[in-house]
Amino acid sequence: MEILDKRNFEEKIFKILMIFSLLVVLSSLIIIVGIVLFRGGSSLSLDMITQVSTGELYQSGTGGILNAIIGSLLLALPATGLAYIFGIFIALFLQKDFLHPRISVFIRLSLDILWGIPSIIYGVFCVMIMMFLGFGTSLLAGIIALTFLEIPIITRSIDESIKMVPDGLKESAYSLGSTRFETAVRVVRKQALPGIIAGVLLGLGRGIGDAASILFTAGFTSNIPTSLLDSTSALPTMIYFLYLSPNPLAQQKAYAAAFILLVIVLTISILSRALTKKSTKYVIK
Amino acid sequence: MNIRKIRDLIGTKLMLVLTIFVSLLFFLIFIILFFNSLLILESHSIIELLFSSTWNPMKDQFGLFPVVIGTILVTGISMLIAIPISLLSAIYITEYSPKKFKRPIRSFIDVLAGVPSVVFGLCAFIFLVPLVRDFIAPFFGVESTGLCIFTASITLSIMVFPIIISICVESFNSIPIELKEASLSIGATKWETVKKVIFRASAPSIISAILLGFGRAFGETIAVNMVVGGIPRVPSSIFHPGETLASLIASKYGELMSIPLYQSALMFVALTLFIVVLFFNLLGVFILRKARRRWKY
Repeated sequence: MEILDKRNFEEKIFKILMIFSLLVVLSSLIIIVGIVLFRGGSSLSLDMITQVSTGELYQSGTGGILNAIIGSLLLALPATGLAYIFGIFIALFLQKDFLHPRISVFIRLSLDILWGIPSIIYGVFCVMIMMFLGFGTSLLAGIIALTFLEIPIITRSIDESIKMVPDGLKESAYSLGSTRFETAVRVVRKQALPGIIAGVLLGLGRGIGDAASILFTAGFTSNIPTSLLDSTSALPTMIYFLYLSPNPLAQQKAYAAAFILLVIVLTISILSRALTKKSTKYVIK
Repeated sequence: MNIRKIRDLIGTKLMLVLTIFVSLLFFLIFIILFFNSLLILESHSIIELLFSSTWNPMKDQFGLFPVVIGTILVTGISMLIAIPISLLSAIYITEYSPKKFKRPIRSFIDVLAGVPSVVFGLCAFIFLVPLVRDFIAPFFGVESTGLCIFTASITLSIMVFPIIISICVESFNSIPIELKEASLSIGATKWETVKKVIFRASAPSIISAILLGFGRAFGETIAVNMVVGGIPRVPSSIFHPGETLASLIASKYGELMSIPLYQSALMFVALTLFIVVLFFNLLGVFILRKARRRWKY
């Protein structure tokens, strides 16, 4: 009996530890959202999202962050678009209809490794390329850095959902006389649509929130960029610089900017769930 | 040749070109970082760079030893915190939690994975920094400003939770139910089954989850930069400020971009970061592939 008691005791102890661990994980998210909503929400005002930032923002905390919001969208949307073009073509190409599985294993491996590379490396890499080409900090450089960052994420997500497309579906398309490219683009792409949407939005969420890769590539300014070669602010870098400011009023604004960023990221995540569900109706079962 | 065949040909070639480009991207990054760090490698040996402690760019001294130590400490401690908590949570999610909670918990963890790193940094500053300064450090009898290695480690561990948990949950779910039933039927308790069957059967996936989490923690820049203190000195305790490789690049880059030797030193830091992360990810991905083939998921 004594042994059984000891075993049951161990079971109980570990169950408590498990619940405790899970509570730590879940409460960390609740604390993060709570802090941002509470501190950010209280210093959020209409001026924040309707005015561009000036030097004043870092001195006395007046002014807005409109330029950073627009900058973030101008950086992340084209980057996601570009990464999608890369992602969809590469993922379709990795099917065994085009490429021998032995080769695609290696390409998947290199994509998995690219996924894990820290974003600061992409940032530094793009700065070096742009310097070599004779450009400084610009919207274009930021877009390129984010595209590189998002390509592995989007490609691998699309690839995983394309893997699920049944062979029979492709064979029926071939038997009707479709070429490989037509089958891939018109049949396989439609069948994998839910996975594609999820992957693209995952990439967008990652891209819009990343600071390290655009820190040196996109630069910093209080203007809204008018051409691809202008520098631009973005929400994550703006938050970082506001945080570094010694002025508490400016630091307060960092939380308001984080509020906006978090709302954008959460919206993307909710949108992804909703759209994935909705697009499932085009899938042939 | 009709238009459809031409389109097929062009489309296929385009796919080929894009695929080749992305497969080469990773060599391209290596080559560019390597050639840009050649300048510093000509005047300083790798040993000198990695093991000398004097960081004084004005006098051409680029000793990275304190930064290397800082990186190892920050990443190591964060993994020590993250591994047990993530493993126990993953076990609870797959084996113990009521069915109706499973999906909401998973979505919660997915959301946590999507929180931008600047937001982690900000929240750590307002929540963890005072906690460490006023409670944890005095508890150990050390005085601390709160901006220290320990705070950065906790922040990182929270960022790593979702990575380890989601890989582990996926792998625990894929273990054949017969294995668990066999263990339970001979009288093992649930925890004994977890310990002796589930942990053993999914050991490769657990290891690779840890390696991938390590890679993420090692390269995390902004969140660490915001709370680690940013002083490249060998820390005498974990409650003192330090600096990590990734964070060093972020904080020093704007400073002296125009000095070629300094820039080259930072490129060398980036190269070191790249190689270390590459090594851990390669190992992690490799082990995960083997595990997936074994249990077919």
